[in-house]
Amino acid sequence: MPIKSMKSLETAAKKARSEREKIKTEVLICAGTGCLANGSLAVTEAFEKAVREQKLDVELALGVKTTGCHGFCEKGPLVVIQPKGIFYNRVKPKDVEDIVEKTLKKGEIVERLLYRNPNTKERIEQYTAIPFYSKQLRIALRNIGKIDPGNIEDYIAVGGYLGLAKALTKMKPEEVVDAVTASGLRGRGGGGFPAGRKWKTCRDAPADTRYVLCNADEGDPGAFMDRSICEGDPHTVLEGMVIGAWAVGASKGYIYVREEYPLAVKHLEQAIAQAREHGFLGENILGTGFSYDIHIARGGGAFVCGESSALMKSVAGEVGEPRAKYVHSVVRGLHDKPTVLNNVETWANVPWIITEGADKFAALGTKKSTGTKAFSLVGKVKNTGLVEVPMGITLREIIFDIGGGIIGDRPFKAVQTGGPSGGCLPESMLDLPVDFDGLTEVGSMMGSGGMIVMDDHTCMVDTARYFLAFLVDESCGKCVPCREGVHQLHGILEAICRGEGRPGDVEKIEQLSDTIVKASLCALGKSAPNPVLSTLRYFRDEYEAHINDRKCAAGVCRNLFTFRISKEKCIGCGACVKACPVDCIVGELKKLHTIDADKCTRCGACRNVCRYDAVDVE
Amino acid sequence: MTTEQTINIEIDGRFFQARPEMTILEVARREGIPIPTLCHHDALEPVGACRLCLVEISHPNWKGWKGLVTACLYPVEEGLRVSTGNEEVRKARRTVLDLLLARCPTSAVIRKLAAEHGVTATSYKENEVETTCILCGLCVRVCAEKGCNAIGTSGRGIEKAISIPFKQPPPDCIGCASCAHICPTDTIRYRDEDGVRKIWGHSFPMVKCTSCGQPIMPEKQLEFEVAKSGLSAEYFQTCPACSRKKTVTTIRTAFDMSAIESVEVSG
Repeated sequence: MPIKSMKSLETAAKKARSEREKIKTEVLICAGTGCLANGSLAVTEAFEKAVREQKLDVELALGVKTTGCHGFCEKGPLVVIQPKGIFYNRVKPKDVEDIVEKTLKKGEIVERLLYRNPNTKERIEQYTAIPFYSKQLRIALRNIGKIDPGNIEDYIAVGGYLGLAKALTKMKPEEVVDAVTASGLRGRGGGGFPAGRKWKTCRDAPADTRYVLCNADEGDPGAFMDRSICEGDPHTVLEGMVIGAWAVGASKGYIYVREEYPLAVKHLEQAIAQAREHGFLGENILGTGFSYDIHIARGGGAFVCGESSALMKSVAGEVGEPRAKYVHSVVRGLHDKPTVLNNVETWANVPWIITEGADKFAALGTKKSTGTKAFSLVGKVKNTGLVEVPMGITLREIIFDIGGGIIGDRPFKAVQTGGPSGGCLPESMLDLPVDFDGLTEVGSMMGSGGMIVMDDHTCMVDTARYFLAFLVDESCGKCVPCREGVHQLHGILEAICRGEGRPGDVEKIEQLSDTIVKASLCALGKSAPNPVLSTLRYFRDEYEAHINDRKCAAGVCRNLFTFRISKEKCIGCGACVKACPVDCIVGELKKLHTIDADKCTRCGACRNVCRYDAVDVE
Repeated sequence: MTTEQTINIEIDGRFFQARPEMTILEVARREGIPIPTLCHHDALEPVGACRLCLVEISHPNWKGWKGLVTACLYPVEEGLRVSTGNEEVRKARRTVLDLLLARCPTSAVIRKLAAEHGVTATSYKENEVETTCILCGLCVRVCAEKGCNAIGTSGRGIEKAISIPFKQPPPDCIGCASCAHICPTDTIRYRDEDGVRKIWGHSFPMVKCTSCGQPIMPEKQLEFEVAKSGLSAEYFQTCPACSRKKTVTTIRTAFDMSAIESVEVSG
């Protein structure tokens, strides 16, 4: 039934909360994509079966709920038992019996399922005490892992749509724009453009129709911030968008979401239907006479369609190629009408800013980058997952405190931020406060929040080559510098990695990159040389070693090194012998092993299994 | 005072006036200032694909900021300063031509243009697949403008190509050959032979001029033009040469006072 006023929304929220309070114990099972892949649905079924068969809910007032991503994907499937906040990781269906018998019935802890701090080895019981979570501050991800994304009542119970009600009933559209401006919120999709200024320009552009869109075409490899929000808290995205539409005077909108995110599409579609039923979307929202509706547009999998003008072309049914934005899309966007496009994470911040106040948001983070930022922390780091931290936190805190440091305690080499066209930063930059301008200044960028950690086994020339290969694939091919230039740049890097680099290659890379940056049509091309420029800036010696000495010290570029087993370190355990796919390692047990360099394909399997770090690169 | 607003801009140190909807390229061409282009045609919307028309812009109010933009797309604005050939611009153009030369080493048009900009051999790896297509997209755009949309592009990035659906003769092609005529590198070819036009795998029978009997256009194009314009088929069925002759005859006859009553102007 449609909710027609602020008052009836508050009543509904109170009712939903009292319903929730009847549940004394709640089992929250992560059903984000990571945990689903690890088998969390089977865990959910086991819990539901136990509840059904043992009539637990009557006895314990128990609720079993699947939620969005808890973030700590590395340790999934994750189960949190509320209200005590007991955190179990790597839960299998066979563990459910123990949890039911001990924790649910007797209030005891199942020790073996608790998270163990890899550095101190101690087991941690409380969700909030785990370093991975304790350093985080969640605004955009505030409800994820706590509510059932398929249930609008759950969202209403935690204060959902109150921001919308406040904006529509107590604020003028201009006041909403002013609040967003005052909050300092900048676009989380990569550009970091001030959201308030964007909204104001759109509002001021004369037009009969305006659009408010959401970019959910998260294409960076390894990034899943927006995916998790759409999957785990879809209503917050809708609420943000309706507030935005009210502020700029839009009547229609689209969420452009990747076809590769089926769960996000499903949850968003459910949420849109529920929001319409409840009067938060469609005609006459909350009885105020304001109307705005949202449709889903599915992207076909082109990275470039995350670029605003290409996205709008794709929504309009044309080929998703960018256009020159000398007249910005805020003035002439979708169907040539003024259009506000923000990404999922940006929209997720908006309801919080309206309910909690712009000042509270502006007080977080740094002066020019306020609030928080979500990152997907991946690579050679102990705790991979989804994290949200205040802006201005250092890379070191993210990687070593939240991330727990490097796997196997190997030396840290670089962190790649900003997605494929971001940059790689060395150890000397670890104490850099993370914000939009700081990252750009040192040759990387915030991007949408990908963060890939690399250890000393990573070759930086190969890393640049890898990201360029991605961009060669994803260039739309419209303009010459990007289509031909990035292709040639990639060709030069491939040759260097093959050991065919020539003196002068570095200068040629720099000269070509300069033109690609200055002459390309869109941001994809303009930022495409970043991976190679940033690695040249901080790891130039590696390029020189590849070209002049034909050496890859990291042991990655196969033509440029050989493996040798260290006399001092090898204990003759034989692990490498078993791992070698071409049988080129010989040696008696407990005696030094040797590698036949002629037969060796330099796949690195021996080095990966050696627990004594005895496989040297020469 | 004129009713229309005038914009003052500076190109290479000279001052010009322009209408607000004009682009830098339009003003430069009007004033005879050369800016090279490959993907531009006056009859079509500009897209900024070839990047040859890059110019450097600056403005007294921009705190020293300057940057490269495509002249074909950038709208003029009051006080804008444009440099069409400084070192920064020439360097970018040279690299663009160098890249195009690597893509199409056999294209005479590209070779000539590159040489004019000082690039006689490419510094990059030459394309292994022989092509003279620079993917300017003029053919696709003119086909769309015509209203046919018979050809398009497939793939993306370096794999991008001008394509016909499913590699079959495109059903929407009317054989007008606009794509071939507009192609700056002469990549798209067609042949008129024995009253038949061969293009994109089609063999279109052609209609003949009612006066001289020369083939004019494919029958399918005639149907298309008639339907689109609402004019009679006869209007299109005279070849340009005969059409001119006919006009001359008409005018001559018209000035013969005794014949005024009987003049019939074709079409």
